[in-house]
Amino acid sequence: MSRDTLVSFEGVVKTFGSFVAVQKLDFEIKKGEFLAIMGSSGCGKTTTLRMLAGLEAPTEGVIRLSGKPINDLPTWSRDTPMVWQSLALFPFLNVRENVEFALKMRGVGKAERRKRAEQWLDRMQITEFAERNISQLSGGQRQRVALARSLVVEPEILLLDEPLSALDAALKVRMQSVLKNLQRETGITFVYVTHSQSEAFSMADRVVIMSRGVIEQIGTPQEIYRTPRTRFVADFLGSSNLFSGKVRAGGQGQVLETPTGQFVLYGQVAAVGEAATLTVLDTKTHLSVEKPAGAVNVVPVRVIGEEFVGATATLYLETAQGQEIRVQKGHDEIADLPTDIGQSLYAWWNPQDGHLVAEA
Amino acid sequence: MSGSAELNRSRTVDWALMLYVVLAYAFVFAPIAASFVFSFNSDRFPSIPLGEFSLDWYRAVATDPLVWDGARNTLFVGLIVGIVSTALGFGAAYTDYRYKFAGKQVYLALALLPPTIPVIILGLAMLAYLSRINLSGNALSVIISHVVVCAPFAMAIIRLRLSQMDPALEPAAWNLGASEWMAMRHVIVPFCAPAIFGALFITMAVSFDEFAVAWFVSGLNETLPVKVLGFLQGQVSPRINAIGTFVFILSMTLVILAQLLLSGRGAKPADKE
Repeated sequence: MSRDTLVSFEGVVKTFGSFVAVQKLDFEIKKGEFLAIMGSSGCGKTTTLRMLAGLEAPTEGVIRLSGKPINDLPTWSRDTPMVWQSLALFPFLNVRENVEFALKMRGVGKAERRKRAEQWLDRMQITEFAERNISQLSGGQRQRVALARSLVVEPEILLLDEPLSALDAALKVRMQSVLKNLQRETGITFVYVTHSQSEAFSMADRVVIMSRGVIEQIGTPQEIYRTPRTRFVADFLGSSNLFSGKVRAGGQGQVLETPTGQFVLYGQVAAVGEAATLTVLDTKTHLSVEKPAGAVNVVPVRVIGEEFVGATATLYLETAQGQEIRVQKGHDEIADLPTDIGQSLYAWWNPQDGHLVAEA
Repeated sequence: MSGSAELNRSRTVDWALMLYVVLAYAFVFAPIAASFVFSFNSDRFPSIPLGEFSLDWYRAVATDPLVWDGARNTLFVGLIVGIVSTALGFGAAYTDYRYKFAGKQVYLALALLPPTIPVIILGLAMLAYLSRINLSGNALSVIISHVVVCAPFAMAIIRLRLSQMDPALEPAAWNLGASEWMAMRHVIVPFCAPAIFGALFITMAVSFDEFAVAWFVSGLNETLPVKVLGFLQGQVSPRINAIGTFVFILSMTLVILAQLLLSGRGAKPADKE
């Protein structure tokens, strides 16, 4: 364990009856980082967060906070405040009383309580609502109250369980920058659980991707986006075209033999004969009307649909074998192509833009 | 109400439904209203046309020490029964809310069972049981019996309130540094406060009005409803009307207070946006 480690999970397992929610979790959370734990529902991300908060006890393994095992520490004795998906603000208390709650529970005196709550009300720009009831606040104001309520104890770590999921798109983006700035300014470690890739990638320094209770990949958003480690991750991100097959020795190097065709790989990447999946980002997949001269990885395709998303557009295509291929391009680039449904085109990419992952 | 619903309503049906409601209430409340009217009537027997307006019967009741005894017993028993039943009901409701355990369905069924037992049988059983352990014939025996009848009502009311609570609210309090007892005091009880007071008033009202069980076990410490029966057996007197009016107003006040608490602003579930 290195010096800047705040939390470490060591062989942590959590089972509910016969259901294994989390199996053999081994990872560390660094001091001051913004870590996002991402996955679809039931992947174990919320269970992981709840174990860290002390709301669930690990079945096996050790969780350490600042080096000390905290397995047996009840949640009220830990400084691991959480922002809940429902926010769980106390409806019978006003904004100020909500923010003061944690201090009151810790026996902080009235004057001191008020002073410290005041600071966070001010910081979250909700001072003017201090005497209001929770039911009189908008969604965004409630988010701020929830943050102030958790941060008022000035913890080393803040846990967030999909707190933005109930907000509309515009407010979500605004709150993302509020959260990111808050984390940067305070230096508090944020652990943010979400199923949303855009939330995780836009805010987090590092992202943990989980599936069925197992960590699939940990890395910066860039690493994960460019070089997914497993087929699951590439599939989950949904921003790459995937071709599964077997690695063979080719003319100049190695090739991947797939039902769609044979594709040249960049360098010596895998053992010959192994099953593997080639991932190519949809932004690195190109299209042309004529078969491009000199291109080595070419797939003939037919247009099956187009989706216009403002600055970019996504073309949906299909190979002769029925595999779907997606290409994302600036809107003007696609405007130059004939994109009527059924139009035949060639999809191609440079070998160095292909990334091979183990398992088919 | 939306505009289209307004537009599509038939006036005739509207009036017919309104009339139906008025008639139904008239049917329910006519006997009570009659008792109310005759309590202010100077005539010895309830007959129409009415005599003069008079407060004689109230005066007669107010000067009767036996009535005061009954009223004192009733109020004393009702107050204790309300507090004890509400406390027990709260405990039972919270247990149901918080814990999962084998046999929970049986636990719930048993907790809600007493009001379904015919009161005569319950009264007889109470008398048999309490006299065996030398507790029959005093105010305590009425209290014990009434708690058995009332606690399930308190539990039902408080359980409903707990079901409206965001399940994250209590863990959120723990997470913010509240021990389980502190969370109970600072979150669960305040959240349930309207239901707790509602349950207190309803159980008091039930105890005030309960006759059958009290008749069996009260012995010399008769509550007001038991006294009333005693009067009726001796003579038919408009004093009964006066007592009835008094008890009815008291009970209605409690029930209305409970209604206000249970449907008021504080009782609304925290709306989640």
